[in-house]
Amino acid sequence: MSNEELKQFILTIVPKAEFTESKELLTVSIPKENLKKLVKALKDSAETTFDYLFNLTGVDYADHMTVVYHLESTRYHHCVVIKAQIPGRDDVSIETISDIYKTADFHEREVYDFFGITFKNHPDMRRIFLDEIAPDIGHPLRKDYVDEINIIER
Amino acid sequence: MGIKIKSMKQSDFKDNETLELFKETGGNILLTTVDDVINWGRSNSLWPLTFATSCCGIEMMAAGAARHDFARFGFEVYRASPRQADLIVVAGTIVRKMAPVLKRLYDQIADPKYVIAMGACAVSGGPFFYNTYSVIRGVEHVIPVDVYIPGCPPRPEALLYGVMQLQRKVKSESIMNMRDYDREHLEGTIPPKYKLNDSQSE
Repeated sequence: MSNEELKQFILTIVPKAEFTESKELLTVSIPKENLKKLVKALKDSAETTFDYLFNLTGVDYADHMTVVYHLESTRYHHCVVIKAQIPGRDDVSIETISDIYKTADFHEREVYDFFGITFKNHPDMRRIFLDEIAPDIGHPLRKDYVDEINIIER
Repeated sequence: MGIKIKSMKQSDFKDNETLELFKETGGNILLTTVDDVINWGRSNSLWPLTFATSCCGIEMMAAGAARHDFARFGFEVYRASPRQADLIVVAGTIVRKMAPVLKRLYDQIADPKYVIAMGACAVSGGPFFYNTYSVIRGVEHVIPVDVYIPGCPPRPEALLYGVMQLQRKVKSESIMNMRDYDREHLEGTIPPKYKLNDSQSE
């Protein structure tokens, strides 16, 4: 499918979707409530077949948080970037997609570890890396992260 | 007096006073001869541990490979086990997660053991000094360091210069005054022997 066709397909599922111009990958911004519905449709629909989640990460935009999903189809070789917008920054949460893509399990734990975004209905919502450094380290990639002992500010 | 190492002329070292001060004078001719023999053996067969955490490791490999070949000077083979190594070249950034691993490797090396901090990261944290929650600012916070090699990364020639300085340091040791690694570990990173007293600093 071309990017334009993908756009139309996504709009039929999530009418509120916003697209941003990008050189290579089609990027779509959606509210977090629509995420699971969209990802499920993109994976299950025969003409899209997004069967490969090749990246999942978080972004802290200071006034809101975002979780970014990169999907690819190994059959049609088209890609899409989904940015799920989460308003606010305290007690932020989003629905897990680890039941759709198994690989999202560890990725979501990593995002939780570094950003403190919790994933609802995740089978094992624990830290993945930083608990070995210090269990009370917090979420160091957040904009409001403070560590007066270990971080020298500049 | 003076410490001679085979690979380099004394005049080619940039600081010809400091390291020689460590050499204990005195003792009878038997002891100093034994020292000379032991130090000759130790300094010319320092085997480094296969340990590198980032780009300095590439330069360390280059120093070990054919063009620079620091086997010429007795840094014969990289040992994959700390039990067989004499030396850790800390080549790269040490993060908080890596630090306990490095400490354990150091503890597993049999005495006498030496540490070279290679590159800006191992010396001070380097480019990761500011605004990071994970990087150790200098490997001396974890294990005692014998030789610091600045650079980002240092060229193989700089590493060669550093290992020759280490050879000089090894040659300044005496069996009368062995380093106490357990006490170093408890009291801090600078071995008491290497603190200059008044008579030496004159």
